[in-house]
Amino acid sequence: MAPLSSLVPQFPQVGARMLAPLPLGPLSLLLGRAARGMATRHPGLFTRLGAHSEKRFLIDPTDLPFSFLVRPQAARPRIEAVGALVSPTWDCRIAGPLAALIGMVHGAYDGDALFFSRDIVIEGDTEAALALRNALDDAEIDLFEEAAESLGAPGRTAGRQLRPLARAASQFTGVALTRAEDLL
Amino acid sequence: MRLTLGPMLYNWPADRWSDFYARIADEAPVDRVIIGEVVCSKRLPFYQNQIPEAVERLQRGGKEVVLASLGLVTLPRERKMLAELAESGLPVEVNDLTMLRYLAPGTHFTVGPLVNVYNEGTLGFLAGRGATTVCLPPELSFASVAALAAAGAQLGIEIEVWAFGRVPLAISGRCYHARLAGLAKDSCQFVCDADPDGLAVETLDGQPFLAVNGVQTVSDCWANLAGDLAPLSEAGVGSLRLSPHTGDMTEVARLFRAAADFRIDPDEAIAGLAALAPERRFSNGFLFAQAGAEWTH
Amino acid sequence: MNGPALELVCPAGTPAALRAAVDAGAHTVYCGFADETNARNFPGLNFSRDEMAAGAAYAHRAGSKLLVAINTFPRAGAEAIWHHAVADARAAGADAVILADLGLLAYAAEHQPGLRRHLSVQAAAANADAIMFYAETFGVKRVVLPRVLSVEEIAAINRDIDVETEVFVFGGLCVMAEGRCSLSSYATGRSPNMNGACSPASHVVYTEEQGELVSRLGNFTIHKVPKDAPAPYPTLCKGCFSAGGQTGHVFEDPISLDAAELIPRLAKAGVTALKIEGRQRSRAYVSAVVKSFRRATDAIAAGRPVPVSELAHLTEGQSSTLGAYRKAWR
Repeated sequence: MAPLSSLVPQFPQVGARMLAPLPLGPLSLLLGRAARGMATRHPGLFTRLGAHSEKRFLIDPTDLPFSFLVRPQAARPRIEAVGALVSPTWDCRIAGPLAALIGMVHGAYDGDALFFSRDIVIEGDTEAALALRNALDDAEIDLFEEAAESLGAPGRTAGRQLRPLARAASQFTGVALTRAEDLL
Repeated sequence: MRLTLGPMLYNWPADRWSDFYARIADEAPVDRVIIGEVVCSKRLPFYQNQIPEAVERLQRGGKEVVLASLGLVTLPRERKMLAELAESGLPVEVNDLTMLRYLAPGTHFTVGPLVNVYNEGTLGFLAGRGATTVCLPPELSFASVAALAAAGAQLGIEIEVWAFGRVPLAISGRCYHARLAGLAKDSCQFVCDADPDGLAVETLDGQPFLAVNGVQTVSDCWANLAGDLAPLSEAGVGSLRLSPHTGDMTEVARLFRAAADFRIDPDEAIAGLAALAPERRFSNGFLFAQAGAEWTH
Repeated sequence: MNGPALELVCPAGTPAALRAAVDAGAHTVYCGFADETNARNFPGLNFSRDEMAAGAAYAHRAGSKLLVAINTFPRAGAEAIWHHAVADARAAGADAVILADLGLLAYAAEHQPGLRRHLSVQAAAANADAIMFYAETFGVKRVVLPRVLSVEEIAAINRDIDVETEVFVFGGLCVMAEGRCSLSSYATGRSPNMNGACSPASHVVYTEEQGELVSRLGNFTIHKVPKDAPAPYPTLCKGCFSAGGQTGHVFEDPISLDAAELIPRLAKAGVTALKIEGRQRSRAYVSAVVKSFRRATDAIAAGRPVPVSELAHLTEGQSSTLGAYRKAWR
């Protein structure tokens, strides 16, 4: 058997350290707003998720001290940041380095390839994980753009100004901080 | 319901093969016998010369005899086999659609369970080409079997179901018996002859799962529909297929005959079949749209 | 030597993947409707009727073709679902439909005679007689060859038939004759033929047990993989089992097909089109694989050697095989 080779760069420790002390309450508020925005801008997500949109997904970046509990439900989409000491109930857990998870959303990595290489781990409801992966892949979401949008007009302006910087940072670190199609 | 003895799927020594059919001819209460090679064209030469005698004896025993054709046809030599079958003068069971090209228009034939007959359209097409009996794919649920039996009644086609024996699940270009022995298929040394019911395949937990039979993969469990004959009969299923295995196939046929005539109840039939080979596990999950390995009784 | 132009037929499980395939240079893209009519009926995947029409338009604008796979076997009592799929593929602007079932082929030939018909690999037409049966009976114009044939056999088939052939060059590899396998339903009740999914995710459970990744399908353990080894799909025929006193991959290793190096020989064998497997994969996979194979077909068309493939990281087991194209595989 071929030796195992990881596909993803490590998220720079500096970045992880910057994210680590974020207060989870306000972060969850922002994430909640982002979730509602994403739901409005990408209604196709729910069609693809079907009944799985009612499930609880724990997205667990293994190099961060917290994880994200995602409940896509169309009526009230929610994303919550949960600390390492909290163990929320979930239907499906997808864990891996932040760079892998972000890169998958941005279309830089193939989810199956990340699974083969053991960069990501799937637990629980495998079908729900697959539905989420496929729905996100089709939605061509750009998390950088979504974050900027969720901050309203000032966010959009800042987003436009910071975009070249994000692209440069992506190239420098190898972490796909924006959609893969924009990095070409 | 009629009883059909399916083709011998395993590699038995020629003498044992002949003895088996002699006993079936003389003693087993089956209406029809499918005889010949389905799994591997390399096995045929071992008993080919004994087929005519077996056919004659079966016919003398009052059985309708149908010649089996190969299940997966790739080689020129195998296509030649089909051409010869078409000219044998006996009815042929089609197990690969390749055979249809060799049957003259208007020739009647039967269809084996390796051909994909899942719906009325396919059944209608085959009826138009001359099919008289179709043994359905074993993975079909009761709902599909009933729908096809109803369609078969309209079309004048008898519907048969896989009622007893390890279930044929897959066929391949690759020989797993040879692979396990570290041999290539072309120089396989016929290692499959060591396993007259197939070679058991277990999971890493030691759970029985499948069995390999050369290029074919069959189930670990013996399909057993002896407990399900009333609804099948009511749905219009016309025939039950019993697949040859080691042990007393004549007694298997007798039990199915009695159960199909409702002379014994399902419990008695199943108990009788279990007593013949207590180590065998039964399944009928496909019929209930469950995992095929499941057993409901 | 300049070979004949080879058509690259590329997978798309979503509209985003379709655009990625077309943008990456796919000559042809194949898709399915989001239901049981196609053999990649996976959660979150495939096309609505509107998405199919938009996908066809996107492909056509770029000079690419769109094929619609309707390659499961219609359920008795519910054939209308499959019949509608054929009509809707035509309405969406599909250039051809890919079919496997006899009844559905007969239906399409009678009711949609103007819609080009390809024979799916799920029909496993593995010799010239079977292929000519489908060609003569249903007017099939192209046959996707099953993955049990060697290059020499493919060449021999092409000499004996007068329709096009399409062969798989990359992706997941069926070990069994396609469309003639009930392993999945034996373990789960759901099969590629009936439900459009092999070893379906709904019946897969992954657990970590004593440092090993264990995958189960239904009630059966398929793999136990140590920490430092590539994880495989929980596909039955590539599972690890015990038989005859040995433990290992009884049927096939968890690896996938990469026949890039055989493209010149496949071209010489008279093949019309090269197919990439993977409608269940992401747009990242589609884009990378299509680009790589388009470089290969362009190279051959220009008489240059095929560039070295760098796709190992995308393949199951992170390694690849030439499969049955090499006769010793059997």
